[in-house]
Amino acid sequence: MKTLLILGAGTGGTMVATKMAHLLDLQEWRIIIVDRDESHYYQPGFLFIPFGIYSPSDVVKPKRNFLPPQVEVFFSDIEIIEPDQNRVQLRYEKKVINYDYLVIATGSHIHPEETPGLMDGAWRKNIFDFYTVEGAIALSRFLKFWKGGRMVLNITEMPIKCPVAPLEFIFLADWFFHERSMRDDVEIVFTTPLAGAFTKPRASGILGNLLEEKGILLESDFNIMEVDTTNQAIRSYDEREIDYDLLVTIPTNMGAEVIDRSDMGDELNFIPTDKHTLQSPKWENVWIIGDAGNTPTSKAGSVAHFMLDVLVDNMLRHMEGLEPLPKFDGHANCFIVSGFEKGILIDFNYDVEPLPGKYPLPGFGPFSLLKESAVNHWGKMMFRWIYWNMMLKGEDMPFESQMSMAGKWA
Amino acid sequence: MSTQTEIILETVEFDDDGFMVDPNAWTPEIAEAIADDQGIQLTDRHWVVINFARKEFEENDEPPTLRRITKRTDVNTKEIYQLFPGGPAKNASRIAGLGKPTGCI
Ligand SMILES: Cc1cc2nc3c(=O)[nH]c(=O)nc-3n(C[C@H](O)[C@H](O)[C@H](O)COP(=O)(O)OP(=O)(O)OC[C@H]3O[C@@H](n4cnc5c(N)ncnc54)[C@H](O)[C@@H]3O)c2cc1C
Repeated sequence: MKTLLILGAGTGGTMVATKMAHLLDLQEWRIIIVDRDESHYYQPGFLFIPFGIYSPSDVVKPKRNFLPPQVEVFFSDIEIIEPDQNRVQLRYEKKVINYDYLVIATGSHIHPEETPGLMDGAWRKNIFDFYTVEGAIALSRFLKFWKGGRMVLNITEMPIKCPVAPLEFIFLADWFFHERSMRDDVEIVFTTPLAGAFTKPRASGILGNLLEEKGILLESDFNIMEVDTTNQAIRSYDEREIDYDLLVTIPTNMGAEVIDRSDMGDELNFIPTDKHTLQSPKWENVWIIGDAGNTPTSKAGSVAHFMLDVLVDNMLRHMEGLEPLPKFDGHANCFIVSGFEKGILIDFNYDVEPLPGKYPLPGFGPFSLLKESAVNHWGKMMFRWIYWNMMLKGEDMPFESQMSMAGKWA
Repeated sequence: MSTQTEIILETVEFDDDGFMVDPNAWTPEIAEAIADDQGIQLTDRHWVVINFARKEFEENDEPPTLRRITKRTDVNTKEIYQLFPGGPAKNASRIAGLGKPTGCI
């Protein structure tokens, strides 16, 4: 028997397990997946919890429900990966698993302790994150009774997963305060280490205008050095100081600690990955999907989905002694909710930045690209259903892995 | 800016963002000139960063991010902001004759 071992049963790992269970001969192959957490979180839903749009039960389901019965599941922390020995050790009973092929899908996680002061006493009192379910719930409690003041949203450093989520948070907050007739009592400030509202120039311009229209202040090139909880201010390395009453933070994002323990990552524990084949350049039987790798594209569930077919094909080719094909183009596709039941869709890859136009989607679309519309808002809201019912099950989705220029105005 | 700086910079090709078009054409003298043009007098500490950035570029074909510099050298973030004011990763990369650090996607 040969073993395919998958580390992490989140978005990427679950999709790979499901797909490979169909494609491999299970007389010949054992498929094992490991995760420390028995619950699967629909992370895009965390965004809506602070505003009471989703409740925690909308975003969590048992992992087991999404893994095919033929796949062996271990719920345990992964202690260490030893790629030179083709083996992984789990924390649970110090179990050792020898593998023939390894897929790493351990994701990325927030590290608020990286920023001095962030966790000094005010954490989850008037400083919150919404990248964890606990943070999102704590923030929803706070917002329910908040009387207003200055809300600062800070991105600590790039890269972060779902780089549009902070903007969406701001747009939803603006809408939420309007609905509660308290928008005039709230000042919203967006501080970011980027030079503008977003990473890509065209989208950055359009999203920047939207911020301005909504009366949101943008403080760009802001690299946070510390939080001063006594004076309720954040300070940047170039000595700018911004006061807050409520601080919502996107802390430093890093790959899993086990990647660091196993000495497989870069300075943020992201694993060097061939950006077109998704293979490790160092170990040919090691493959990386989703947020865990260092591919220079957005860290998003949609991207993990676009990686899936390329990764699976390449692994199967490798098993047959064929060269992997450089087919992954960095395709990313994100709905951005912009408040008041509107949304924006952006679609891009390694070489083409988000462009305006129409996204033709048989059966659903067309969605307007880089422009606000109600259809895009509902696209995002529909994504939760698609995620649980189609994407995780590895079903074909109405999206192509490679980006298409159809409908785009270049 | 000294005349020497002007003379050196005349010979170098820059892109629209002020980064050298050809990293291989870089010399330490060019670094001194770009720095001088930005009002920076290069010290040993600057050179720790510049040499590291050059080495990284040779190995990975990409200029290092701020975090990479501070993690892999003994220059910390506070210091690098003092050494290269206003966007240290960008400015260090510019002086090292490299392109714009991507870092952010
Ligand atoms: C607020 C928010 C909004 C978002 N919005 C969107 C959106 O609108 N659209 C979109 O496409 N994406 C969005 N995303 C991003 C998306 O959720 C992630 O990119 C996606 O889940 C990544 O999948 P993954 O498989 O790489 O990692 P994950 O799904 O995070 O899975 C990683 C798994 O590895 C496990 N693991 C890690 N280390 C260990 C260990 N040592 N031992 C055992 N198990 C371990 C974890 O428990 C986890 O289950 C959003 C994310 C957030 C936080």
